Amino acid sequence: MKNLLSIHDLGKAGIIDVMNVAESFAEVERRTMKKVPALKGKVVATLFFEESTRTRLSFETAAKRLSADVLSLSVASSSVKKGESLKDTLKTIESLGIDAVIIRHRSSGAPLQASRWLDDIAVINAGDGWHEHPSQGLLDAFTVRQAWAEDAGVKPIDTGAELFAGKRIVIVGDIAHSRVARSETLAYKALGADVVLCAPQTLLPSDTSSWGVEVTHDLDAELEQADLISVLRLQAERGSGECVPSLREFNADFAMTTTRLRALKPGARVTHPGPMVRGVEIASEVADDPRCLVTTQVTNGVAVRMAVLYLLLTGGNQGLEGVGQ
Amino acid sequence: MTETDPNVAHERAGEALGAEIASADDVRRALTRMAHEIIERHGSASQLVVIGLQSGGLEPAQHLAEQLERIVGHDIARGSLDVAFYRDDLALRPVVPEAATDIAVDLDGKVVVLVDDVLFTGRTIRAALNALSDFGRAKSVELAVLVDRGHRELPIRPDYVGKNLPTARSERVDASVRGIWLGQQERSAS
Repeated sequence: MKNLLSIHDLGKAGIIDVMNVAESFAEVERRTMKKVPALKGKVVATLFFEESTRTRLSFETAAKRLSADVLSLSVASSSVKKGESLKDTLKTIESLGIDAVIIRHRSSGAPLQASRWLDDIAVINAGDGWHEHPSQGLLDAFTVRQAWAEDAGVKPIDTGAELFAGKRIVIVGDIAHSRVARSETLAYKALGADVVLCAPQTLLPSDTSSWGVEVTHDLDAELEQADLISVLRLQAERGSGECVPSLREFNADFAMTTTRLRALKPGARVTHPGPMVRGVEIASEVADDPRCLVTTQVTNGVAVRMAVLYLLLTGGNQGLEGVGQ
Repeated sequence: MTETDPNVAHERAGEALGAEIASADDVRRALTRMAHEIIERHGSASQLVVIGLQSGGLEPAQHLAEQLERIVGHDIARGSLDVAFYRDDLALRPVVPEAATDIAVDLDGKVVVLVDDVLFTGRTIRAALNALSDFGRAKSVELAVLVDRGHRELPIRPDYVGKNLPTARSERVDASVRGIWLGQQERSAS
């Protein structure tokens, strides 16, 4: 595979490959000298049509740790503002001889369309509309596997997808507007976990019958059985505000509060893809609790994105399918 | 590589290994001799760090470190090094994530003995030298190999050699603590 557009394209084996290679890069991250020459001479461009802090910084850090050169195209100060089309912007990037482009776009499917226009460049989806955010899904799965492996006293790399079998993962919050929810659901399902979506009816996608998940509106009933609660941000910029009667009511029914944290079974974890809005979907005390993996997620994001870049840009014709032979 | 049945470990996909050049005993004797050579050069060995290259160098490095410890009577620092991210032929090689780097000591001022199974073109060692420099400034780096089979493509030479084995480029050498074999077909450049 040459591109990373959707978790769907990776499958179970591909997800495990990325997580395993990311373990090697996590070791690089623990060194005093955190840079390796694996992508020396490659050029990676970030093309973000939507604002982002952690994803862009994470990808750029990952590329630099691999010794790639990084071009950061800021849409606000580019020719896009003069009316240049996405296709022309991409063709310009192709003409410059860039090896990979990391795209975030408000429209679902923009990275897929970009990959059809670009023959020789790896396209990485860094979030497209309500569709997917595959690298986030991968790093969340990586982080959770690491935590569960530590609990079990084993090395994550030796476990493959074993630790996900039979686990119950509850994704709670603004699922309708969340590309993270889609990528996480695909990743966790592929790895063998049971996924439960928990949200008010207005924040659920209109049809989830093909997702292979359970749907509930009762978070409290899930707490005792859940092995992982994945809390999502209420996406005000995508119109979530109109979907709930009030923030207070949303908070009362669907937020991860300290009371709910106490109701979790021992060993259960909480994740949040960030940015967190404390006091809305997650209580400040929960965010700072050791069971909440949010800072680990950010740290692991770099290693996982290093793995994605490394596999896409050094795999020759085989790319992601070429690993683990 | 873990300790397994030698017959299984040395038959890949039913392939025969070729002629036995050295037995397990020969290899162990060679490692003991190499340990003595290291001590002759470095005395108490207090600054020594023995680092095995993934994956063929790990077992010989363990045995070498054990011999060194037996001679000097104290623990010798050990580590493992995976050079995948430092190679110049990345696209040609599969990633082996199981091969981890583990260097817990700061290498500043240390005498590093790199250990590998077979020295061939020297490209792995070139990559290893680059990788090592990211872990500190070693006082010196020396190279110990079970087999030197010639055909160097870089100005690299071993300091301690188990066996010098003249080979044709097309031949294949398998070396481990279980013995040394010379076969007809090279699997891939190493």
